[in-house]
Amino acid sequence: MAEIIRFRDDEPVDHPAVTVDSFLDQSNANAVRVEPGDDARELIPHIGQLQLVEVNFPAFGDGRGYSSARILREAGYDGELRAVGDVLVDHVAYMRRCGFDAFEPDAALNPDDLQTALDRWPEIYQSAADARQPIWSKRHGAA
Amino acid sequence: MYQYDSYDQAMVDTRVEEFRDQTRRRLEGKLTEAQFTPMRLKNGLYLQLHAYMLRVAVPYGTLNSRQMHALADIADKYDRGYGHFTTRQNIQYNWIKLEEAPDLLADLAKVEMHAIQTSGNCIRNISSDHFAGAAADELVDPRPYAELLRQWSSFHPEFNALPRKFKIAVIASDTDRAAMRLHDIGIQIVKNDAGELGTAFYVGGGMGRTPMIAPCIRDFVPLDQLVSYSEACLRVYNRYGRRDNKYKARIKILVHELGAEEYTRQVEEEFAHLLDQGIEPPIAELERIRTCFADPAFGDGARSVDRSDPDFALWVDRNTVRHKHDAYVSAVISLKPVGGIPGDASAAQMHLMAELAKEYSFDELRVMHTQNIVLPHVKIADLHALWTRLDADGLGAPNLDTIEDIIACPGLDYCSLANARSIPVAQKISERFAANGKTEALGELKLKISGCINACGHHHAGHIGILGVDRKGIENYQLLLGGSEAEDCSLGKITGPGFSEDGIVDAVETAADVYLRERAKGERFLDTYRRIGIEPFKEALYG
Ligand code: SF4
Repeated sequence: MAEIIRFRDDEPVDHPAVTVDSFLDQSNANAVRVEPGDDARELIPHIGQLQLVEVNFPAFGDGRGYSSARILREAGYDGELRAVGDVLVDHVAYMRRCGFDAFEPDAALNPDDLQTALDRWPEIYQSAADARQPIWSKRHGAA
Repeated sequence: MYQYDSYDQAMVDTRVEEFRDQTRRRLEGKLTEAQFTPMRLKNGLYLQLHAYMLRVAVPYGTLNSRQMHALADIADKYDRGYGHFTTRQNIQYNWIKLEEAPDLLADLAKVEMHAIQTSGNCIRNISSDHFAGAAADELVDPRPYAELLRQWSSFHPEFNALPRKFKIAVIASDTDRAAMRLHDIGIQIVKNDAGELGTAFYVGGGMGRTPMIAPCIRDFVPLDQLVSYSEACLRVYNRYGRRDNKYKARIKILVHELGAEEYTRQVEEEFAHLLDQGIEPPIAELERIRTCFADPAFGDGARSVDRSDPDFALWVDRNTVRHKHDAYVSAVISLKPVGGIPGDASAAQMHLMAELAKEYSFDELRVMHTQNIVLPHVKIADLHALWTRLDADGLGAPNLDTIEDIIACPGLDYCSLANARSIPVAQKISERFAANGKTEALGELKLKISGCINACGHHHAGHIGILGVDRKGIENYQLLLGGSEAEDCSLGKITGPGFSEDGIVDAVETAADVYLRERAKGERFLDTYRRIGIEPFKEALYG
């Protein structure tokens, strides 16, 4: 199993995530896995009980998972949001901005390359699901 | 025009370093070509038939002379002394080495330019009216809105891997000079009944193999919700745009399959949600950007020219356009010399255009999507001096919007996707009409050529369109009639069986002759076609 990179301190959930369909059927699970075709909004009524949402990227070119992540964060989900699958180092910074705080890439990421990628962008142009202050906000003196 | 502050500069500088790092990892073999491809594409670097091609963004087509000089220097330093201006108001270089691309980007960053998101499945460079800020008929200058959206869309984390490329155009007059309704999103700045400015959204237009004209999905979005509404349009597309078939992945297919009404409903729902997310920059940001686009200090002067030199008078008639200030015009520098490659300019010509912009046009130039260059603000009194210098360097072709002002994609001479060559066909047609002297009589006639179904040469939107196809390994050309990219937007119809390379040149002349025979007073080619229909043309072509 690939290594999991986490940006949070709580204990990770130690059992496998279920599919969105089975989660919605037998809603006592606390870990769910969102596939690209799933509607993340279906989870919103249950986000209080969720501790782990895995968002699968079967191929890095399929960007639906970015929207799924942001939608969950916008709805107030504050459990672990983990990008799994074809997660490449050059996309991790974007994923962080969309609210992912854990990564389980198919192919291990080089730690130096990962740190470089995460430190790369000192500024951002738009607001997203992270707490970073966009350039427009800095320009107009908002704190 | 827009000027970078330290934040904007930091963004392009960071991008250069990122790309330098990615290129290094590719050259060291740490990245596979498959992994590297989307990264280089997001920096405008394509692998073409013979070399890498780099596409540089010219946001909403606006350049100053320093930038044009830099583009010329790049042509000399990294290419073979030429640049190619494109239908997306950008410039491309066709002979780039991968190892040198990071240095090229660094040179661009020094003059506030970049190649960010000029290709790949992301939001592309935003285009606009090439006469913005000069046009007599515009409501406001549309470029500040385009700049606001440029910043919003640059490195947008959620839209990092869209189903397909995404193109936005912003205009602010009823006359559409930017093919707005043939974009993924077309935005028109409008005024509502209360006299407030806002934006109308047209979504789901496009060319390619399934051309579609974008429907209006909302006739008024307030200016302080522009980013939120755009984000809603994109999010619905990112979630539900088709990813199973590259050719059905553009937003036009989603809007078509859902129906404009259902797509709009989903956007409105997402929009209502996003309004609470605090993603909209304050209106003060738009105002800050607007101050960069303040009018230059126009002065009074002559309102007419001395027409005693007929060559000059012809150029003035053909290549200058009414300006909002009576003592000025916008002057078009044609990059369509007879027999030339549409949109190509040598480094020396770029330097000259930059100098002339500095001297005669408040330091500004525009790239037109028709692959010409505009000096937007030229004093009428200066026109003769300007024309004399242009003409001396082969830039005085008096052919704006005529049959010689051809749009052509790079085609099989450069493009790895092409079925047929576009450039030689354009060259032969302009030579034919220059020789037979019919150009003047034909008046406005927009001819557009694509080397394959991807339609980079906008053939669907030409009054006359030509599409290169591959028929049993032989280059073959289909003829289309009746397209328009303007406010009277329409898609051309194929006349019938295709033609050989020489046959298509004859066919264009045949179609032109039908117009000359049938036209009523004051009609353009397109008007006559719309009145009489395709049959008389078919008869003459195949009869
Ligand atoms: S239309 Fe086809 S041939 Fe022409 S540039 Fe586009 S992809 Fe290449």
